[in-house]
Amino acid sequence: MSTTLNRAGLARDAYKGAATTLCAGCGHNSITNHMVKALYELGVEPHLLAKMSGIGCSSKTPAYFVETAHGFNGVHGRMPALTTGAHLANRQLIMLGVSGDGDTASIGLGQFMHMIRRNLDCTYIIEDNGTYGLTKGQFSATADLGSVQKKGAVNTFQPIDPCAVALALGCSFVARSFSGDGKQVVPLIKAAIAHRGTAILDIISPCVTFNDHDGSTKSYSWVKDHEESIADVSFIPFFEEVHVDYEPGTIRDVRLHDGSHIVLKKLGEDHDPTDRQAAIKVLEEGRTAGHLVTGLLYVDPTMADFASTEHIPDRPLRDLGEDELRLTRDQFARFMSEFA
Amino acid sequence: MRVEPKTGEKLISVVQAEDELAAVGMAIGAGWAGARAMTSTSGPGISLMAEFSGLAYYAEVPVVIFDIQRIGPSTGLPTRTSQADIGFVYTLSHGDTKHIVLLPGTVEECYELSRDAFDYADRFQTPVFVLSDLDLGMNLWMTPEFKYPDRNFDRGKVLSKDDLDRLAGEWGRYQDVDGDGVAYRTLPGTDHPAAGYFTRGSGHDEMARYTESADAYARNMDRLARKLETARQALPAPVVDEAGGSVGLIAFGSTHAAVIEARETLAEAGRPVDYLRVRALPLSDDVAAFVGRHEHVYVVEQNRDGQLFDLIRLALPAGLVGRLRSIRHYNGQPIPAAAIIDPLMDREAVPA
Repeated sequence: MSTTLNRAGLARDAYKGAATTLCAGCGHNSITNHMVKALYELGVEPHLLAKMSGIGCSSKTPAYFVETAHGFNGVHGRMPALTTGAHLANRQLIMLGVSGDGDTASIGLGQFMHMIRRNLDCTYIIEDNGTYGLTKGQFSATADLGSVQKKGAVNTFQPIDPCAVALALGCSFVARSFSGDGKQVVPLIKAAIAHRGTAILDIISPCVTFNDHDGSTKSYSWVKDHEESIADVSFIPFFEEVHVDYEPGTIRDVRLHDGSHIVLKKLGEDHDPTDRQAAIKVLEEGRTAGHLVTGLLYVDPTMADFASTEHIPDRPLRDLGEDELRLTRDQFARFMSEFA
Repeated sequence: MRVEPKTGEKLISVVQAEDELAAVGMAIGAGWAGARAMTSTSGPGISLMAEFSGLAYYAEVPVVIFDIQRIGPSTGLPTRTSQADIGFVYTLSHGDTKHIVLLPGTVEECYELSRDAFDYADRFQTPVFVLSDLDLGMNLWMTPEFKYPDRNFDRGKVLSKDDLDRLAGEWGRYQDVDGDGVAYRTLPGTDHPAAGYFTRGSGHDEMARYTESADAYARNMDRLARKLETARQALPAPVVDEAGGSVGLIAFGSTHAAVIEARETLAEAGRPVDYLRVRALPLSDDVAAFVGRHEHVYVVEQNRDGQLFDLIRLALPAGLVGRLRSIRHYNGQPIPAAAIIDPLMDREAVPA
């Protein structure tokens, strides 16, 4: 373990949390490790991090990284509302939401969509295993049509694709990845955090207990055989110099609000991540071909986030004292006289 | 008055939420992060807020929720008034839950108790419900001029960075240090390595760690009960107007206006009645004392089932329960004085 200190003066161990209680081999545990790496490398100050979650296996994971940060494990599917309120109370906080496919695509679909509609400044990670792992493995709404349950039941419903939903709503950052692909997940987490606005990161994360068998489209082996990465993703934070050694012409560089860069090295077909229609097309084509398209699908670094649209100051509203919140005697008297 | 004229910068955030689930969730999120936050609703909206209210109760997050009661159940008569949410709101959520409920009876009190609700929420780190109703909240009323607040904000037990330095980081989010059931909290963003803790609606111990320990669960629930008892002592006392008669009236909220008129009429008819107006739940000891001083006490309220009547009966010593009688009005119209006078005169009439 490296003891190199990051720009916050912290070693990587400072980003660890309590021991996981999830199954050994769970994709979520890999994502937790990617989270530790991303937050450490970004140099996020733990006291400014707010780890938000709903209910489910996924939503337990914020306890497993950055133990010294504040966390809020709320009610099922309603993490966006808590995140909205907390963010408006204190814009200095880095809102990092962890959700699952049940939490997002079933009970929480409404709040998920309205969060995107407002472009709330937060990172929203979906640990997506297509199954209800806490309640013995029923299909979730993201399970693919024809996907087979452990005991043979076949899913007869169309899946809700959180990325497609997000794109349709005009979400300002949409990405998909696979829990086993740290090389791709880590830069995407960093980019999502650096992005100002709602950043959706749907990470396919196999459930080793209920959804890692033949017939599942969210198993380790299925994803390994069907993953189609649209570009190599690199992330360069604002405090590092841009230095890219790829061939010219194979690079796309997207500059985010805080000055950091997402650098994409194209693989095969060139995908322009600032073209929303192209993103919808690439998802649709992948679905038709039975491929899992991963990478940064879409980003719009220019869209104003919710608090900015609402003219909320950068300094935390929660710091407003009585002097600013309470009317003066004169103001109060004038206010009363309006009713006389 | 909350918008900077030059920059357009807002010192307040008003969000039109997509539904009541989100509205109360946002308010709780803001309360958790340290801002004063509220939402308001009526009718089915309060049912939708039940789950989040349980979270805020159990995870101990301040929030103020206004319920401007209209008549239910379900959609009911959405443009008509009632006082039929009091029993539901008092224990809103599944599980053992009990909330602070404020019951303003006049427009002036709506202002005062709304203001104080935020202090109680911060002080006791719990949801505070303010129960008005359609009659009081939406009809036109005359009111004396509101008074300028005579006390400072009470932001409750919040540990700052300096506090944590002084404690050398030794603290537990749900430890009852002062013996009043009210623990200390920190706000996200506090620059101290010991400030962070995990807020959750699942079982937790004094250090805010996840636990399924039977003892830790019971200890925590007992502390929450202790906290509510502390709150009970601090909440607005009932307003009592008493002249030593044998018959008393108890009411709350907008029923007050009809009680004033009924008492005048009854006094003119040679039947003066004493009066206690409840202003908060859980109930003050003054209520039992008032019942103890009277032969008969009529609880007047605007719901079918006598919800306050039931709550008072539960709180009374067994020997006093028989003194309590119930007058109920529940047709969606504001209660008229006759709805109090007639049943009271009937039941107090000396048999011929």
